[in-house]
Amino acid sequence: MNLDVDADTAAFRAEVREWLAANAPAAPLPSVDSAEGDAAHREWERLLTGARLSAVSWPVEYGGRDAPPMHWLVFEEEYHAAGGPVRIGQNGLFLLAPTLFGHGTAEQRDRLLPRMARADDVWAQAWSEPDAGSDLAAIRSRATRTDGGWLLYGQKTWSSRAAYADRAFGLFRTDPDAERHRGLTYLMFDLRAEGVTVRPIRQLGGAPGFAEIFLDGAFVPDADVIGAPGDGWRVAMSTAGHERGLSLRSPGRFLAAAERLVDLWRDSGDSALAGRVADAWIAAQAYKMHGYAALERPPGPHAGSLGKLFWSELDLALHETALDLLGPHAEVRGSSRSGGWLDGYLFALAGPIYAGTNEIQRTIVADRVLGLPR
Amino acid sequence: MKLTLSDEQARFGATLHDLLDAADVPAASRAWAAGDAVPGCAVWRRLADAGVTALAVPEKWGGLEASPADLVVACEELGHHALPGPAMETVAAVPALLAALGGAAAERWLPALASGEALATLAAPPWLPYAVDADTAGVSLLAARPAGAADLLASGSPTAAARLPGATGATGAIVARPARAAVGVWVGVVGEAVASVDPTRRLFELGPGEMLADDAGGAVGRALDLGALACAAHLLGAGRAMLETAVEYAKQRVQFGQPIGRFQAIKHALADVAVGLEFARPLLYAAAVTLTPRDVSAAKVACASAAHRAARAALQVHGAIGYTEEYGLGRWLTRVRALMAAWGTSSDHRARVLATLTAQAEPWS
Ligand SMILES: Cc1cc2nc3c(=O)[nH]c(=O)nc-3n(C[C@H](O)[C@H](O)[C@H](O)COP(=O)(O)OP(=O)(O)OC[C@H]3O[C@@H](n4cnc5c(N)ncnc54)[C@H](O)[C@@H]3O)c2cc1C
Repeated sequence: MNLDVDADTAAFRAEVREWLAANAPAAPLPSVDSAEGDAAHREWERLLTGARLSAVSWPVEYGGRDAPPMHWLVFEEEYHAAGGPVRIGQNGLFLLAPTLFGHGTAEQRDRLLPRMARADDVWAQAWSEPDAGSDLAAIRSRATRTDGGWLLYGQKTWSSRAAYADRAFGLFRTDPDAERHRGLTYLMFDLRAEGVTVRPIRQLGGAPGFAEIFLDGAFVPDADVIGAPGDGWRVAMSTAGHERGLSLRSPGRFLAAAERLVDLWRDSGDSALAGRVADAWIAAQAYKMHGYAALERPPGPHAGSLGKLFWSELDLALHETALDLLGPHAEVRGSSRSGGWLDGYLFALAGPIYAGTNEIQRTIVADRVLGLPR
Repeated sequence: MKLTLSDEQARFGATLHDLLDAADVPAASRAWAAGDAVPGCAVWRRLADAGVTALAVPEKWGGLEASPADLVVACEELGHHALPGPAMETVAAVPALLAALGGAAAERWLPALASGEALATLAAPPWLPYAVDADTAGVSLLAARPAGAADLLASGSPTAAARLPGATGATGAIVARPARAAVGVWVGVVGEAVASVDPTRRLFELGPGEMLADDAGGAVGRALDLGALACAAHLLGAGRAMLETAVEYAKQRVQFGQPIGRFQAIKHALADVAVGLEFARPLLYAAAVTLTPRDVSAAKVACASAAHRAARAALQVHGAIGYTEEYGLGRWLTRVRALMAAWGTSSDHRARVLATLTAQAEPWS
């Protein structure tokens, strides 16, 4: 065993650090869930793409660097350490792109990935419906056959970024007679198309971070089906793995938060909270080392569920501890001292819910990893 | 970067698992607890034949001079089977300490440790106030700071302080000593025994006998770190054993007409145990690579809490049968409780993590 880093990786880290030091916004950008924030975050993604940093592990032809996965972890560490902005393109970059690499066509990749990298297209995920949350296979929104494509009907909800996004991807029922996990098709559609109505929903923190999507005959060309019609469940499950695991929540963000937490603790001199500060820092370190180990030995199919349980609890522990350290100042929103922690806390509260609730993940771990009777 | 076991290391672990599986460790533990170390020592001899006791001994004294990662593999299996005997001391801390002291002390004991002729134990307050199984061990060492009474009193243990060599026995508001005395190492004189929550751990106070070194803080600190690393591995192994036992039991025990493992409350508790163990392991391996105090402490904290969670869940899943002496879950459960407190408590290790992060001095240097 060793923790040696090769020269190439070290050089890459240095390059990223230097670039971020020169280019990362000095002050936080406006909320990504506002019109001006949307524009500012897209602008930032263009800058990143210019340096070929927005998706380093992608092939060169799509704007990446063909970099090994370790470089992606390193990029994330540096990005979060530098306090880089929220990645407005993350639904596309971290979730749709892996699906396109796994199941899409060359035409789809050529057409969609470069625009995705530059945030010319910002993507939303459209899985959940009013009656299909944890029980995703209960979805009822449907796509019916028409000349050269499909017409969408129904309602999606809780779609993150959809208020300002351009396009969305999700599952639609194409064969109402098939068994629930069959007859589903993975489709991409235009959020500005005729027959699509987006109604933003304000979240706990007040910003319209997700939205309902009403579909009434919106057209999707055949070219925007991923995988075979009727095979959408299988395709979607590959995205679910990405959504839960390392690609959605890389160690970098938690490591950066843990470092800030230790600084906050040192400044506060609060000895009563020392143990929790140490535990949160240790857990962030565990997630990092686990990520490194996962690069060597392809993780099992349900590793994402173990990881999701771990990072979502870690995120809460980091932010709850920080707020407790801030004492009575912790309730002040928008201040330089507490604001970031408070926003982060509100976001962390959703971690055990989205990407498959933690109850669902625990059941997956028990059934599939431990082999308990179902 | 490599943070997973090599094929060879995985095979080594599997070999030890098979060896211990075949060795009737439960019977050896019962005998050990009743004061008969003979069957347990027989198991230790077999482990010695497999190389376990030679891992941390340098080649020039008949050892294997293996990597800490190999040591971690072995120690995890010892914990996995809750083997009785001074494991962390014999396999990790004492050979490391003797090797660092070198000279006559190394010459005198290391070959016997490597070959498995002798088990070793160690007292090193405040982390290790007692030497485990000093009645059985062929080597008992005491590492302490003679004038460290002030430190110990500050941490609230005047009786422990009074026992220390060179301690004044004074209590109360002493004592900012101008300079902290150096850490010495003695051959231990075996004193009174006290009982442990783990019936296979017989605890002994040690007094100072022959002095082996008068200024060995660095060597003692490194030896204790290796012991704490071994302890973390032991805890992880014990936690894994309890998860395995609980999963098997949950598949078989039927209530309300179905295996209890089908109840979500049981599933979810065991899933949380799996998460804890899964994410403690990489910290253990990282600490085996760096051996820095910070990483060793992080591993000890994470493995202790993962094992503790496993113990709580495993007992709950078993219900009353798990609470009996006969069933045997207690071998791991009480071992975990004992080791959570030994080799530095979780509070000690958390404090050390924060101290290294905020660049304060190392406690043992
Ligand atoms: C911030 C945020 C962003 C989101 N972004 C998106 C997005 O971009 N796109 C999208 O499609 N969706 C998104 N979601 C929705 C998310 O995927 C769902 O909230 C999630 O799948 C749970 O569904 P639900 O909210 O309907 O809860 P329900 O499924 O109704 O669950 C309610 C409670 O019951 C529990 N429960 C349900 N079934 C079981 C069971 N079998 N066993 C034990 N407990 C059970 C759940 O764990 C939960 O605690 C987002 C949610 C949040 C909070």
